[in-house]
Order: sequence, then C-alpha cells, then structure tokens
Amino acid sequence: MIIKILGSGCPNCKTLERRAQQALEEMNLSAEIVEVRDFREIAAYGIMHTPGLVIDEKVVSAGNVPKLEEIKSLITANMGSV
Amino acid sequence: MLRTKLRRDALAFVAAVSILYWFLQPSADFVVSLLPLEHGSRLAGTVSFFVFEAPKVLLLLLIVVFVIGIVRSYFSPEKTRRLLAKRSPLVGNVMGGTLGIVTPFCSCSAVPLFIGFIEAGVPLGATFSFLIAAPMINEVAAVLLFGLFGWRTALIYVSTGLFIAIAAGFVIGKLKLERYVEEWVYSVKAADPMAEGRKDFDDRIRYGFTAVRDIVGRVWPYVLAGIAVGAGIHGYVPQDFMASFMGKSAWWAVPAAVIVGVPLYSNAAGIIPIVQALLEKGASLGTALAFMMAVVGLSFPETIILRKVLKLQLIAVFVGVVAAGIIIVGYLFNFIY
Repeated sequence: MIIKILGSGCPNCKTLERRAQQALEEMNLSAEIVEVRDFREIAAYGIMHTPGLVIDEKVVSAGNVPKLEEIKSLITANMGSV
Repeated sequence: MLRTKLRRDALAFVAAVSILYWFLQPSADFVVSLLPLEHGSRLAGTVSFFVFEAPKVLLLLLIVVFVIGIVRSYFSPEKTRRLLAKRSPLVGNVMGGTLGIVTPFCSCSAVPLFIGFIEAGVPLGATFSFLIAAPMINEVAAVLLFGLFGWRTALIYVSTGLFIAIAAGFVIGKLKLERYVEEWVYSVKAADPMAEGRKDFDDRIRYGFTAVRDIVGRVWPYVLAGIAVGAGIHGYVPQDFMASFMGKSAWWAVPAAVIVGVPLYSNAAGIIPIVQALLEKGASLGTALAFMMAVVGLSFPETIILRKVLKLQLIAVFVGVVAAGIIIVGYLFNFIY
C-alpha cells in the first residue's frame, strides 16, 4: 500500500502525515508514506485544496485533516484496491 | 428543526453567546469598578476599553464565524469553478468576486485552486477576481469593523473590497495576460474531483463548529493583542496625534499607507484594533481603510507561492492593479468623508 500526502508542506499537511503514520502503527499495517509537494502532481489528482490524502492512487480526502478514526476507516475501505 | 442533539447544541450555543453579549456592558462596568483604578485616569481609560471591547469582539467572532461556517458548507471550490467556467468578462468578475467571499479558501491552497480553475476553463480575469476577494474580504475583519465602528464601516469594507476584486479582475482579463501564466499549467490534465458526499443540516452545523474551533482558536491571541495595543493608544496617545500625517490634509498619506501596508503581513484580526486606534486619534477613514486592505489583501506569502504558476510580469500586474485599486478607494473615502 502506498499512502500519499498532497500538500506544500503546510502545518495541516504535517499533521495529516503524522496522523496517517499513527493510524498505520495502531492498525499494525506497513505502508509507504510519500509526501507530494510538486504542484503539477498535486493538480493531476484533481484536488483544489490541500492537504490531500491518497491511498493507492485514490483521493480519499482533500482540504481538511480527517480524525484518526476516520483515517483508519478510509485505510480499511481502500486497502488492497491495487 | 430541533430533531437532533447537534441542532439543540447549536441553538444552545447561539443563545449562550447572545445572553453573554447582552450582559456585557454591566459585567464589564462591574469588573472595572472592582479594580483599584483612579477614575478618569489614563490607565482607567485603557483598562475599561480592554475589559469591554475584548470580550465583545470575541463573542461576535464566535457567532459570525459559526454562521459563516454554515453558509460556506453550501459552497466548495469545485462548485464555484463550475459556476465560473467560460463566463463572459464582467459577469465572470462579479461572480468570481462574490463567490470569493463565500467559498472556503486558504491562501496555502491558492496554487492548486488556480490550476483547478484554469483547467476547468474559468477565465483568467474571473479567477483573479476570486483570488483577490477571497483573502481581502475576511469575516474576521468584517466582524471587528462591525463591533468597533458599526455596520456602516463594515459594509463599506465589504463593498469596496468586492469592488476592487471585480475591477482588478476585469482589468487583468482585458489585458490578455494568459501568456504570463506558466505554460505547464495549461497542460495539466487533472483527474475528476472526488465526488462530494451529500450533507444534511447536521453536517453543516458540524462544519460551523469546526470553523469556530479552527478560526477563533487561531486568531484569538492576535485579537487580544490587537485590542490591547488599541486600548493603549486609546488611553495614552494624545488626541489628533495621527491627524498630521494620517489625516486628510496629507495627500501622500494614502499611497504611503499602501506602500507600508503591502509588505506587512498580519491577519485581519490583529490589524483592525490598531486601525481603530489610528482613526480615533485623527487618521482619516480612507487612509486607515487603505492601510488595512493593503495589509490583509496583498499578502507576501501568497504572492510568493503564486510565483509557481505565474510569471513575474503577471505577479507585478496583479500587485500593481490591486494596490492602485486600494489607493483609489482610499482617496475616494477621504474625499467623501
């Protein structure tokens, strides 16, 4: 599984990254977390507000930082789709 | 209407803030009377100003941010760009500016938003009307102006901000500056945006409470610091101190206020109590308004981040046109009042 954090390094993007990391640890899952800062790449995902959360190439949230529990259920729902 | 717990919570929140607001003057007077202050002294003036104004502004902020949060839940950048796509000049500018006020926006997302708009066929002029209005017309600023000066000043601020956004976007559109957008922006092929889930009214209330936590949680120290500075000026700076260099008679005051204001970066919350103090001591309304708009509307970090998608020439035109608009509005108000 690859989790991408889309954002320009804003404080919210950092929070999202930490929270995604924590969700993975608590779920005993291993995944690669990639930070995407390039605006071309971010735009290609079709999002207009950062931070964006992408699980296995699917945008699952944009413009806000989901709560830990929400991230967990997003991971469960989108896991193994690739 | 009150079927869910959340809706009752929302009502209780609004009621509690209103009741506190209602009893503010007597409670503030009571608190001040408990303090060992010499009546009529400078310190007493400063303290009673702060004890009344600070809670008043914070209560107003709570309510307005909550309501605006609910209003904003009806809008999104995706909807806004659909509404703006392929609009003819003037109409696009008017809509772009207006939607800039109500669409949720953070200047940290200015670049992906810009790309998303251009990619969907929103004209450059309408995009700029949006990008100018969104940071310049700020609900925190409007609340502070309303609380400290009354509804007329708040209305003047919102309408002139909107006017500048529309006019500047119109000019930028007419200048045909598309070639000064970085070429790669036009070649972005974006995936379809994520489908938006349906929201019921509970979701909107939740959105409103989140806005209160995020915005009021972030700006309250600036508001308090700003009001404290304002209170200090209120008590200690002599009357008409500002009149000599920020009053009407100084013709250069408006452009000077803009030149000083542009590189200064502050949020609206911190700057307005200072503006209030300036006005009280004889600065003219147009000059103070121009200063505030330059600080809030043209932010340095946002300009720098926009450089990723705009060539230097277009950045210069953007800053120049907006600054010119602010200066004109400043002179206009000095002339009227």
